[in-house]
Amino acid sequence: MKTSQDEMARSSPDGRPWSEQPRWRQDFPVDFEQDEYVSRRDFTAFMVLVSGAFAVGQAWIVAQNYVRRRRGKPEIREIASLGALAVGSSLTFHYPTEREQCVLVRLGPDQLVAFDQACTHLSCPVIPRVAERRFECPCHHGSFDLESGQPTAGPPRRPLTRIQLAVTGDKVFATGYA
Amino acid sequence: MPVPEHMEFFVDQSRCIGCQACVQACSECDTHRGHSMIQLDYVDRAASPQTVPVVCLHCDSPTCAEVCPADAIKRTADGVVQTARKPRCIACNNCVLACPFGVPKMNTGMNLMMKCDMCYDRTSVGKKPMCASVCPSQALFYGSREEIERTRPRSRPMNTFQFGRQTITTKVNVMIPREAQVQHLDVVAALGAPAAREAPDPMLSMLDVEVRA
Repeated sequence: MKTSQDEMARSSPDGRPWSEQPRWRQDFPVDFEQDEYVSRRDFTAFMVLVSGAFAVGQAWIVAQNYVRRRRGKPEIREIASLGALAVGSSLTFHYPTEREQCVLVRLGPDQLVAFDQACTHLSCPVIPRVAERRFECPCHHGSFDLESGQPTAGPPRRPLTRIQLAVTGDKVFATGYA
Repeated sequence: MPVPEHMEFFVDQSRCIGCQACVQACSECDTHRGHSMIQLDYVDRAASPQTVPVVCLHCDSPTCAEVCPADAIKRTADGVVQTARKPRCIACNNCVLACPFGVPKMNTGMNLMMKCDMCYDRTSVGKKPMCASVCPSQALFYGSREEIERTRPRSRPMNTFQFGRQTITTKVNVMIPREAQVQHLDVVAALGAPAAREAPDPMLSMLDVEVRA
């Protein structure tokens, strides 16, 4: 690479040596070669910062896992009664917190499924289309299988988060994540 | 591949006949089709038929590149100052105002400055620039220094210009009469001075046309 000071002096209008030129001239070189030149110090600083960011990210994931384990399983909560939920109908409920909206669908007399309603693409609420056996996301026409929650069409690539259910007599309980 | 060092660009404004062939040829180039990067300037349209083809002189210290706040104008190792990098140019017009030769022109429709790059796609593979290949009077000449000295014994190339306190040397040469003295015109000092009476245009007297009083 051609970086000798004589070569650099070519781009000084007053002909003074490169060391006497103002700093901005070195920061904004005119020649392609100098413009694309990355000093060893800059490159090392970049590598150290990026590696550090990766390391911090890994530590953050470990910490998150620890916090999640400490929190324990979500509580068991009654969400519906079978008598009020006809076959082929659905209802929404909040589980495990008030901020997370879920949807419960009764597919058959003994078949119930519940999923987190947030689409796995960009978290729009999905709508159950029982007749078409799918959940539809209206935002980007994503589609999920009604029984398994697996993505079948559109942008989503991950299945909907499944909620585990338990039925005792007439009552339907949410008992945690599947 | 760089532009070969023995090949140089020579501009002889006194030879220009104003045919616009260079402008047409330039606008046909593949890299900037439909947009000419060369301009044909009229010196004093009412009094003189003199025209000047304006190609980039590719300064050793390109003022356009130095004033560019977006770092869009760069020079290759062979000394050719390239046109503005498209992703970088912010159409601020700094280069247009700064260039002492009036070369860069702003394409406001495209928000992009486009200037002569000596047909880098051609000269870097050993071809002549478009304008020099079509110029019928060879006011724009591209070739070796020996060639120009052999074919134009009454002229000599010059590539040093003085603008105020700034001395500019350029890659492109301008042909001047061999015996002519190079004069430095102090434009700033001349701004307040009364206008001198202009000498009759030698080209017009040659054509035997009545010169405007």
